[in-house]
Amino acid sequence: MGAIYALIALGYTMVYGVLRFINFAHSDVLMLGAFTAFYITPRIEKLLGSQAALGCILVFVVAAILCACFGMLIERLAYRPLRNRPKLTVLITAIGVSLLIEFTAQNEKVFGAAPVPFPQLLPEYAIRLGNLVVSSNDVLTVGVTSILLGAMWWIVQKTRVGTAMRAVSYNQQAASLMGVPVDRIISFTFGLGSALAAIAGILYAIKAPGIEPLMGVQPGLRAFIAAVLGGIGNLPGAVLGGVLLGLLETFAGGIPALSNYRDAIAFGILILILLFKPAGLLGRSSVEKV
Amino acid sequence: MKVGEFASLTGKEATFGTSSHEGTLLAIEQANAAGGVLGKKLVLLTEDNQTKAGEPANAVNKLISKDGVVAILGEVASSRSLEAAPICQQNQIPMISPASTNPSVTKEGDYIFRVCFTDTFQGAALANFASGTLKAKKVAILTDVKSDYSKGLAKYFKARFATNGGQVGIELDFNGGDKDFKGQLTAIKSDVPDAIFLPGYYNDVALICIQAKQLGMNIPIFGGDGWESESLLTIGKDAMEGHYFSTHCSPEQGTPEMVSFVESYKKRFNGKVPDAMAVLGYDSAMVLVDAMKRANSSQSTALRNAIAATKDFAGASGKITLNSERDALKALVFIQIKDGKFTYNTTVNP
Repeated sequence: MGAIYALIALGYTMVYGVLRFINFAHSDVLMLGAFTAFYITPRIEKLLGSQAALGCILVFVVAAILCACFGMLIERLAYRPLRNRPKLTVLITAIGVSLLIEFTAQNEKVFGAAPVPFPQLLPEYAIRLGNLVVSSNDVLTVGVTSILLGAMWWIVQKTRVGTAMRAVSYNQQAASLMGVPVDRIISFTFGLGSALAAIAGILYAIKAPGIEPLMGVQPGLRAFIAAVLGGIGNLPGAVLGGVLLGLLETFAGGIPALSNYRDAIAFGILILILLFKPAGLLGRSSVEKV
Repeated sequence: MKVGEFASLTGKEATFGTSSHEGTLLAIEQANAAGGVLGKKLVLLTEDNQTKAGEPANAVNKLISKDGVVAILGEVASSRSLEAAPICQQNQIPMISPASTNPSVTKEGDYIFRVCFTDTFQGAALANFASGTLKAKKVAILTDVKSDYSKGLAKYFKARFATNGGQVGIELDFNGGDKDFKGQLTAIKSDVPDAIFLPGYYNDVALICIQAKQLGMNIPIFGGDGWESESLLTIGKDAMEGHYFSTHCSPEQGTPEMVSFVESYKKRFNGKVPDAMAVLGYDSAMVLVDAMKRANSSQSTALRNAIAATKDFAGASGKITLNSERDALKALVFIQIKDGKFTYNTTVNP
């Protein structure tokens, strides 16, 4: 669970890092990722046989690409026209976009409100380590998250696009004066973030195979907390926050006196972090110049 | 003449609302086809509450003050009925809930009715089932902390199960809408109960059963009428095999009223087989229509008194008699999931 939160938190954090606003529609891109996989899986299974490893990778890749395009489209239509408006305007728009996607998707002619069963992408094994039972899907989730974290770090730190992303994050105007195509870089960031959301959506759907248009809301909120917990705008921080939150929740769930306070624990952490360490565990504190 | 309905047509428990709405709609259409009531056609105004807390109050307020409905039909889930009930009571508009089983719903006032049994009865029946049919000595309980229905049912189950000499093992909660239950299930597993009592709604139930199976737990899991939905089978698949739940009626029960209902429902909704929520949605509207005819008026006090006097009404789900608490006294059926189907198990009479 923590690894999935981490993956979603990565997307939040990347967009925040570059644009300094929370993309609330992120959790809905996650839902769209799961639904994309739901619709393309039967087609891919026809080509490659059911539950094949290659087919599974293909599902992930196609869903990630489609959602990346969708993320860029959202950015182009909803956020770019507001680029020079106050941050609050963009934030409210993000909430609006999120609600628009959620309720459009609930229409009977789109996905419908009732949950649909998610196909099984991979055969599942239970790995026993003494008393411990670990599902192969959980191992897959942790593996995918680690690889993607590595990849993100590499993109941001080592490539030209990454350098440009950091430049835009530092100062948009100065970056554009230096010849960085700001619009394209922001678009790329959204694409990348949305691809991550799509992958997280599929992993989430594998874990909980009933998917519905509102499935992104809860994990989206938790991932947002995870991003704040780790220090928003900070990639390893997002993963640390996600894993911590996931572990805390699962442990709380197993203790009789605490199991009904699971959500309270998650949101309590958010309040504590905002009170005592507003920059997050791994964040740098910065002084706002007025 | 306007009749208001509020239901969860979208959101997490959308199949409940959709089913009960279709049942209600069918009843109203049949009443109109038979010439309407008191010489007038009935108009059904439906509001969707999106399975969200807060929305039922808005919906019912709108239906009463803006649309001027003479009666309100709804909701399946107790939490949402409890929200609407005080508003109907205050405005003295009769409200009939199709399937809210939490006892406190009709305690809201003398204008609030239901056409189903209450959880006091269902909880006791489930406890007897656990100690009788399942022969369970120790039962773990996993409740949905967000739902009045789940909490209430667990309370009445516990009381009766303790009198039966059973032991309640570990008691844990989850939040309706959670996706990961392994924390709770691992704790239950190490407590080694004979069965798990899971009074939840179908979405969560399916995921819990899947994860219980992943953890290699082979004990029976059982719950109440919140399990009743086709989604339980389409999502839970083979993880649901062998588990039990109690509900209001079964389309297989073969009474003439049920047979004719199933037939017209299938005809109206493209061959769809009705579930218990559809049957109760139908019955709630039929009881209202019947009361309107007997009252010969849609004036609120007269209508209320006529509904309260409902006796031996032949509903599709069974004979409906409303007692002084405005609850229906009705039999309950147990269903087992066998070969991927809801299979009728036993009937328990009140």
